[in-house]
Amino acid sequence: MALNTQPNIADPDEFYAELIRAHDGLSDAESAAFNARLVLLLANHVGDRATLTEALAAARKP
Amino acid sequence: MPLDDRYQLAFRLYPYERSADQDAAAPVRHPVVVMGGGPIGIATALDLGLQGIPVTVLDDHEGIGMGSRAICFAKRCLEIADRYGCAQPMLDKGVVWNLGKVFHEDRKVYEFNLLPEEGHRFPAFINLQQPYFEKFMVERVRAAQAEGAPIEIRGKNRVERIETKADHTILHIDTPEGPYTIHADWLIGADGASSPLRGMMGLDFEGRVFQDSFLIADIRMLSDSFPTERWFWFEPSHGAGASTLLHKQPDDVWRVDFQIGWDVDRAEELKEENVRRRLDAMLGGDVAYEIVWSSIYTFQCRRMKQFRHGRVIFAGDAAHQVSPFGARGANSGMQDVDNLGWKLGMVIRGEAPDRLLDSYHEERAFGADENILNSTRATDFITPKSTASHMFRNAVLDLAEHHAFARPLVNSGRLSVPCTYDGLSLTGADALPGGPARTRPGSPCPDAPVGNGYLLNALGGGFTILTLDAEAPETLTEDGVTARRHALSARDDASGALAERYLGSADRAVYLVRPDQHVVARWDRYDETALRAALRRACGKE
Repeated sequence: MALNTQPNIADPDEFYAELIRAHDGLSDAESAAFNARLVLLLANHVGDRATLTEALAAARKP
Repeated sequence: MPLDDRYQLAFRLYPYERSADQDAAAPVRHPVVVMGGGPIGIATALDLGLQGIPVTVLDDHEGIGMGSRAICFAKRCLEIADRYGCAQPMLDKGVVWNLGKVFHEDRKVYEFNLLPEEGHRFPAFINLQQPYFEKFMVERVRAAQAEGAPIEIRGKNRVERIETKADHTILHIDTPEGPYTIHADWLIGADGASSPLRGMMGLDFEGRVFQDSFLIADIRMLSDSFPTERWFWFEPSHGAGASTLLHKQPDDVWRVDFQIGWDVDRAEELKEENVRRRLDAMLGGDVAYEIVWSSIYTFQCRRMKQFRHGRVIFAGDAAHQVSPFGARGANSGMQDVDNLGWKLGMVIRGEAPDRLLDSYHEERAFGADENILNSTRATDFITPKSTASHMFRNAVLDLAEHHAFARPLVNSGRLSVPCTYDGLSLTGADALPGGPARTRPGSPCPDAPVGNGYLLNALGGGFTILTLDAEAPETLTEDGVTARRHALSARDDASGALAERYLGSADRAVYLVRPDQHVVARWDRYDETALRAALRRACGKE
């Protein structure tokens, strides 16, 4: 399963607003911890090891 | 208080003239008075005046204010202006652009081509300085007056005080020749974001304040090296603003918006040398230009709780205010007028009950909330309010340079599109299996080619029974309201757009369309009982 980098979220503005809202009231450290948990949840959902490696590379060097 | 101008005029179009009302023994009563001669007030006058309803516009100036202000007029707004007969000069004068570029710091993140959908008379939007937009509408008023439309615009008539009664409003007006009083059956507040009328009535106007200021500079380029494109910089490395927008207008004028922070010294920032310092930093210093107009603005996202207060109805910025991102100010105000005009006309003529006007608030407050939501999201993306949102915003921009998925997340303003009145009081049933989602009940009818012309030219003004390859009688009258048939066939448009937009996978369709070109309901065949019920519902009679 290759990493899908084409648009894949139905209502991107609504999603983005929800993502930012999820950080409301968090300190910077709490935000970072939140993001770490979120990455792990999504990574588990993806599951495929090769895809995860590809995503890590894409995030390192956008 | 003397009637001094609060701003300079771009066009002096309605100089003060003494009205017979000022010499009348008793206050003269008018069916409709509009407070405010801006775009929304003049559009209201056109809508009602073209229906033959006498309308009087009061403005405390003698013409149109200076400054480009609203510069982006969307398709739906042009379609409404076309119904009033003044869209062609707007289209002729306006600038159409399709190519946009997004920058972050000193890098181009990506560019996009809007590739507008084919088969519409009007483009997705035009750029046009607001004074031109207003001037073309006032010129249309003059032409309509010559044809007998009962419209009057009174310059330098400032409403000082009002008294609201059960079935009318008393207006105390000041003029250069002293005060006088008139009565209005209906009063429309189109007097802008700081609406004096709203203040006189002590009405709320609450919402969110954004702690940021924007410096606008309209500049005339003395070279032709700048293309007709929209450029948006996030955190530009030139440092002239926290974000910067460059937009083309007619007359070789470019609009530049610099986000300059909250605690700014307005007088200092507006000095020509300081405006030039920012412009030179952005343009590189060797580009010759002259400054046409500059201004600093701040904004809020807010709306009135109720747009209707008995015989007083608010429209445009007086009723709701949004951030400028997405061009939802003047565009949504024009949709207010489009919505209000036919309803008020029917109530005044006795064709519909007074409560039809409650649906104006219901539908347009729904629209205002949608606009506020969209413009707030754009504002939050452009000016992130927390460390986390700033980090995500920049992550989106970093990824957007290389990955398509991140581009829809970049939000420098979502262009104004009209809202669909899904599930609201006047909206009827969807009984067209396979019908396209974009023309479901509540939607504004999308344009489509028909023969050598366009569909929307045939819709609006009254109720229409639009049939596509379906039978129906030529007229249907229900409780004094007549809907007229407009018969089409999928074969009327070889491009297929008409069928794609109105039939989907259906073979035939019957639509009931409102005077403002919104769909009431649709069916796969003519059903007289259902059509009568839908017509009653759309007139506030159900």
